[in-house]
This record gives sequence, structure tokens and C-alpha cells, in this order.
Amino acid sequence: MSATREDVGGTPLPPGWAQPAHQPDAFEISTTTFEQRATETMARPFARRAIANATDHAAALTTARFVGIDHDALRDKARQIRAHAIANLPDYLDQWIDAAEAHGTIVHYAADESEARRIVAQICRDEAVTRVVKSKSMASEEVSLNSALEAIGIDIYETDLGEFVVQAMGDRPGHVIAPILHRTKDEVHALFSTMAGRELPNEAEALTAFARDRLRHAFLTADAGISGGNFLIAETGEVLLVTNEGNGRLTTALPKIHIALVGIEKIVPRRRDLAVLLPLLTGHGTGQQITTYVTMVAGPRREQEPDGPERMHVVLLDAGRSALLGGEFEEALHCIRCGACQNVCPVYRQVGGHAYGWVYGGPIGAVLTPLFRGQVEGGELAHATTLCGACDDVCPVKIPLHDLLLGLRRRRDEEGCVPRSEQLAFALWGQVWSRPLLYRASTAVARGSLRVIARDGVLSAKAPLLRRWTAGRDLVVGRRRS
Amino acid sequence: MTDDAGVSTAVQLFPTCLGDVLARQTVDDTERVLTALGISHSRPSGTTCCGQPAFNSGHDHPARAVAKATLRALDDGSDEPILVPSGSCTSMVRLHWRELFHGTPEAEGALRVARRVRELSSYLAEHTEALRALKPTLAVRVGYHDSCHMLRELRIKEAPRQVLATIAGVELIELASSERCCGFGGTFSGRYPEVSVAMADAKIDDLEFAKIDVLVSSDPGCLMQLAGRMSRQETPVRAVHLATLLCEALA
Repeated sequence: MSATREDVGGTPLPPGWAQPAHQPDAFEISTTTFEQRATETMARPFARRAIANATDHAAALTTARFVGIDHDALRDKARQIRAHAIANLPDYLDQWIDAAEAHGTIVHYAADESEARRIVAQICRDEAVTRVVKSKSMASEEVSLNSALEAIGIDIYETDLGEFVVQAMGDRPGHVIAPILHRTKDEVHALFSTMAGRELPNEAEALTAFARDRLRHAFLTADAGISGGNFLIAETGEVLLVTNEGNGRLTTALPKIHIALVGIEKIVPRRRDLAVLLPLLTGHGTGQQITTYVTMVAGPRREQEPDGPERMHVVLLDAGRSALLGGEFEEALHCIRCGACQNVCPVYRQVGGHAYGWVYGGPIGAVLTPLFRGQVEGGELAHATTLCGACDDVCPVKIPLHDLLLGLRRRRDEEGCVPRSEQLAFALWGQVWSRPLLYRASTAVARGSLRVIARDGVLSAKAPLLRRWTAGRDLVVGRRRS
Repeated sequence: MTDDAGVSTAVQLFPTCLGDVLARQTVDDTERVLTALGISHSRPSGTTCCGQPAFNSGHDHPARAVAKATLRALDDGSDEPILVPSGSCTSMVRLHWRELFHGTPEAEGALRVARRVRELSSYLAEHTEALRALKPTLAVRVGYHDSCHMLRELRIKEAPRQVLATIAGVELIELASSERCCGFGGTFSGRYPEVSVAMADAKIDDLEFAKIDVLVSSDPGCLMQLAGRMSRQETPVRAVHLATLLCEALA
């Protein structure tokens, strides 16, 4: 079979074209701090500007998309649908499984990340898969699927244009919708020119054409397509995918095996719920009324059908989701991964997605990471926000992100994950400032000290206790003489 | 005491901890404005802090202890409005004390105080006629920074602009980033100073672009952040509290 593989059209990519995928333990979250990772991104030339421009643009498109529409009422409706679906998740999941199996879909359940990797690897072994095309899937990032499949000798081709760049660079997606939002066109141009072995025109069309030619070959020679899923429709047993490049449709229809890895929270009860959720997802994701392709997949190719895979597998991914059901943080499961909270977050705007250390950045990342990865690894992220509330105001399903972040900060305290120095500082603060006399004494001392060390009402020296503040800012104590 | 329109003309003033340490000018200027308007005002004794630094850090226990002292000082049996020259602290008392004191003996008192607190600009916006009569004048180009808690928790956006509009000579330039966070975020500014400063810079870039003379806000926290960074960068724009600008216009 591999002998004929190379004759199908398109240009094959040479061996070693892509950097190896990140190993699960290579996620920096366990070894570095948010501050270190953020500083790293901020130091990269053009990264901050690229992120700010891209997120501002995306946020503006979303705002424009819903002008003249009762957006708030739509969001309320979406919230109800998501809340109902998640509150009844086990029932709807059963319904979906029955319907999917009736279509001939083979359904698997992965309790955690390693089980998901094991299941997909086993399917690939059983089906003798050696080459895989993938459409964009954040769930696959969660379980570090690529490195697991590479380890058993499978060639993987990310076919979403952004993910293709990510893979070639050995990078990680920086945004749930726009994986290379943190990269510039010049970087992509340099990369593709190196891959092509010649200088390509630095134009979006030419760069896309290069990728399309290479991916064409991969599509036509792959044994399996791996996708994610935007929704699981309980009443029909379908997996729904929204894409703009057509790669989702090719991934799910062309190879003989289709494997979809989908988080269990993606369930919606009925097709008609999509009338509300789909325009909100696309409007908040890309500002579109609807994406170029909306693909609903229900099982493998049937007799008489001209195309479609011979077998379809769906791996339902739990990996920390069911543990949230019925608890304080259940609403985090309402998320439909549109990226709108990332686009409006003033912190994300400066630091991008990688600073959050795992798969998801921005407000939803600061919520999901500690919930899925635990307090020890991800707990710090709840503090990596200013609680400005912009995410609450934009979320299409009205997840109270501000409250969830605050709740996570509390949980961090309750679970004893707060540094001892912080505990002591707040305990001391509480003792002193809960007593008006001590409060007055302490504020008088603070005022007096500031007056002594300030010059012209401005404290610019790096004073003890204030070092972190005064490294980049003055402390303006009084009116400035001008 | 109420005036003819039924608006209370005796108020109390909660300076907040920032007002007691760094933003003394803001509190003094607030008092001057109230005096000029003929509104009698007093500072209840024994107030400390609203508890927000600890509350927003997830440390409810010390937050409650500190807020309790302020609650005791403010819950004095009167029904006079309590003016707060800080959107963020107003939001804490008005919206979050309910949660902080839930199930404690202070729960009812917290609700009483929550009903009385008023963010300064929203109170002053009810006195624009009286303000205009004082003929405040200042020829400056002003940009306004909407602080996050005031905008997205208290939903106050127009009031400070209405107050600015009473000053003859003020030209209000709406900033493209007026609603974007300045990067202060309370303890965030100390936890992640570099990110916090980068966020301030993003705002300050916009100010320079808009060519304004003065940046006005109603939150001493944001002003501490923005004025602090602007001072370090020697940005030729002043950052002042609304009360201060008003005071200058009345001088």
C-alpha cells in the first residue's frame, strides 16, 4: 500500500518535517510559574503586538456580529440549554451512545488522559494505521495524543492550517480557535520557505497554497482521520464539527477509519438546540454567522453511500469532567470553546495562551487548568487574572468566570496550597486592620514612612516590601510638583 | 436632612484604606466638593478597610475580620448615604458583603450598609444642577478610565461623564480602551508586576495617542497603578481622581 501512496497527487512532506510533539510531561505547568512563562512570551519580538491585534480584531468582529440582535436573550437561552444538558449529562450521554451505536459508530469511554491515549493507540494498531490526518482538536491536546501516536511509529499530519504551523514548529496552540494567534505572517513565511526549500512569496494565498499542496498528499494517503467534535447531539447520535478550511470534512470522510475524540460535556439534547448554540459559537469564535463547513457525522459509510469511512470510532473523554458534576464548579462544563473570553481578557492580551502552561489559556484556562490538572499544578492560575469581569460580559453561555476564579482562589486557601508567607501576611493584616486603633497606628506609620522616603511626593526607589511594586512603577504619594 | 428634590443633603464619607494612606488628596478633595455643594458630611470613626484585598485573594477569614470593623463603624443606625470615592470598594460593600457575612450575626447589618453605600460620582451625578451653579471651569482635554468593578459590577458608566460635563472648558475624549482593565487588580499588581505594568502601558499608549492632558478615574486603585507607571515613564499626562479635577475646577 505504501508503494502506491506516493502517486496520489500533492507533494509529500519529507521525513522529519515536523518537530516532535510535546510529551505529556513537557507541559511547563509543573516546572515553571505563570510569571516566568508570561515573561518569556512578552520578551518575544512582536508576540505582544500580534496577540493584541488578533484578539482586538476578533473581539470587534464578535461585537459587530451581534449588532441589532437581542444578544443577551440569546445568551440566556444558550445558558439554559447548556445548564440543562450538563445537569442531565449521564442521561443524555446514554441517549447519544445508543443512537450512535445504532448508526454503527463504535463508542469508547476514556476515564482519563492516559486511557484516551491507550484507546486511540489500540484502534490504530488494530486497524494497522500508519498515517493519520488530524483536524483541530483541543481534546487531543489535553491528552497529548500526537506524542503518544508518534511513539508507536505513526505519522501524524495536522491539517488545520494553524495547527499545521504549530506542528511544524514544534509549538503548541496558543488559542482555542486561532492556534497561531501569537505568530506573525513573517514567521510562517520563513517556516514554509524553509520547508519548501525555496523563497515563497510572503502572501497569505501563496503560503496557504503551499500548505494545501503538502496536506493534499497527506489526506490522500492517510489510513485514519482523527477529529475532535464541537457538539454531540443526543437525539441523533451525531458528532458535529465546525470548520472553515474543509479539512474537517476531508478528515472525517476520506480515510478508511475516522476517530473522533470528544469531551463528554459537548453533549446537547437536540438538533434544534443548535439553532441557538451554533450561531453563538461561530459568532463568538470568528465573528461569522456560520462557518464555511458545518459537518454532522453519524456513523461510518452505509451501503449505497459513495464516501465516508469504513469504521467510525468515538472516544468520549472524561478526564476530570464528571468530577465537576453537581459541584461548585459545574458551570465550567458549560463552555463551548469559542475563545471569546480569551479575546477580551486584558491579561491574555499581554501574555498569550502559553503563559497558562497547559492547553487552555485566558479566563477559561485559568478555571479549567486547576480543575482538570489539580491545585498543585494549576492552582496559581486562578490568581493570574485581575477579576475585571470582561469575560463574564462576553461569554456566550454566561459562565460566571469571575465567580469561578474567586471560588478557586478560596479553594486554594482551604486546601492549604497558598504559600506560607501569603497566609501569614493576610493573617497579620487581619489581626491589625480589624482593630481601628491598630489600623490608625499602622496607617500613620505607613504615611510617615512614605513621606520620609518619597521625594516630591513620589517614591521611585526600590523600597523594601514594595520592591515588586516599584520595579516598574512609582508610588505617587502626594500631589506631584510640576 | 433632604433638599427640595428629596435628595439627601447630609452624607457620611468612607475614606477606604487607600484614602487613608495613599489617596488622602482624593478624600480631602471629595470633602471640599461636598462643602462647596452645601452638603454636610462626616467621616464615621473607626472605619478601616472593606476587606477586598483578602476577599479577592480567597482569604475570607481575615477579610471578614477586617470588614467587620468597618461594618461596625458604618452601621450607626442612621440612614444617611455613605459616599465612597472608590468604585471598587463600593462594589465590595454593596455587592460582596452580602456573601462575605452570609450566615454570620453581621448579615443584617451588612445588608443595611450595602443599601446605604454610594459610589461618589453616581451621587454627584444627582447634583449636576447644583454643580453647574458653582461654575466649575477648567480648560483641559480629559480622558476617562472606566474602572472594572464600577463598570461591570456596579454598571456605572454615565455618571462620572455627567459630572465631567458640568465643568466648563472640559473636553472629554472617549478613549478606545476606556473599558479595558489597567492591570491593577489589587494583589495582582504585586503578584505579577511585569504583566501588570505591561497592561498599564497598553492603556498609556492609548492616552498618548488621544493627546489628552488629564486622565480621570473614580478608583484610587486604578489611579495608583496608572499614575505610578506614568510617573516612572514621565508620561506628560496627569492621572487624577474625579473629585480632584472637580476641586481644581471649583478653585
